[in-house]
Amino acid sequence: MESKNQWPLWEVFIRSKNGLEHRHCGSLHAADASMALDNARDVYTRRMEGISIWVVESIHITASQPAESEELFDPAKDKVYRHPTFYHLPEGIKHM
Amino acid sequence: MKLENLEARFQEKIDQDIKIEPKDWMPEKYRKTHIRQISQHAHSEIVGMLPEGNWISRAPSLRRKVALLAKVQDEAGHGLYLYSACETLGITRDELTDQLRTGKAKYSSIFNYPTLTWADIGAIGWLVDGAAIINQVPLQNTSYGPYARAMVRVCKEESFHQRQGFEIMTTLARGTEAQKEMAQDALNRWWWPSLMMFGPADKDSTHTAQSMKWKLKRKTNDELRQQFVDQTVPQAELIGLTIPDTDLVWNVVNNEYDFGEINWEEFWQVVKGHGPCNKERIAARVKAHTEGAWVREGAMAYAEKKKSSSRKIAS
Repeated sequence: MESKNQWPLWEVFIRSKNGLEHRHCGSLHAADASMALDNARDVYTRRMEGISIWVVESIHITASQPAESEELFDPAKDKVYRHPTFYHLPEGIKHM
Repeated sequence: MKLENLEARFQEKIDQDIKIEPKDWMPEKYRKTHIRQISQHAHSEIVGMLPEGNWISRAPSLRRKVALLAKVQDEAGHGLYLYSACETLGITRDELTDQLRTGKAKYSSIFNYPTLTWADIGAIGWLVDGAAIINQVPLQNTSYGPYARAMVRVCKEESFHQRQGFEIMTTLARGTEAQKEMAQDALNRWWWPSLMMFGPADKDSTHTAQSMKWKLKRKTNDELRQQFVDQTVPQAELIGLTIPDTDLVWNVVNNEYDFGEINWEEFWQVVKGHGPCNKERIAARVKAHTEGAWVREGAMAYAEKKKSSSRKIAS
């Protein structure tokens, strides 16, 4: 009975100023999206930390698992040719 | 991988200052200890609103009132950051707040003392928040990512709390004879409980060694307590108040204050639930939860109704 009525969990993202991306800053419980926005304002922006808020219900986030980290991220490790420092340039070259 | 290997790798990460994040493997004891400590911390913020909330409507000026109101709001916020951090370890908000209301979980014993006069609000900000800051600053670098991030936020916001308390004490200490007496009386009552906030003496502390390994603690209880005494005594002197400890004396050899023995009997009594306000604090939380039930249920019912009616429109 009690847990059935527990408000769902929401993740909160805040844009601190124009030109910057929304960044995850924490989570909270709310019955619906508009309450989540109101609560996010009170919990996460009491000191002008933001000018825009996104909230998304946590169950809608699909996350990669640490156990999959190797297959996901290791392939990038040996691709040093994706970085400019991989390439040899003659001495004295400019604007490159 | 074998359990010992997993544990060894886990400890290596912590030693290299690599944070542990919610989905990472962690020893069960790490998870349990963190749930216990983070939830105790969250409960302390929530219960901590009660003694101060008692004075919001009686603050002596608008300036004092807005400051106290903002401080109490911050404490609500800090409780919420910490509950969220704790939930990432696989426990629900309901379970956490149940543990508080049933007395299964502890909170900082300091909040089981009453706020009898306005000067107590000054003493709490100055001493209790002062002690809390000393305890919390090292936690910004603790190993569990969500806890460390919550603490960064908490510490940033808490810096005004202590100042507002000290300003109240300074004003009273420089006021009329009666005001000065009120400030001294508050210091007399809050000094020893504030020293107890750092927990049992190192020789009686069961968790210190493991907590050090996990960076849940960077200094021992006694080290932090000493730091608090050394920084607070000169502050009291500056405003002409006297620390209620006849054994307090500057030790020229160790370059620190020696101070009297804490009444550990009182400490354990309050921890075990026999402090002046333990029952009142829990009763207040139970009342708020019970009387707020219809709001929580009503909001959920409204949200579900809206969801189902928008589904109908869509189909």
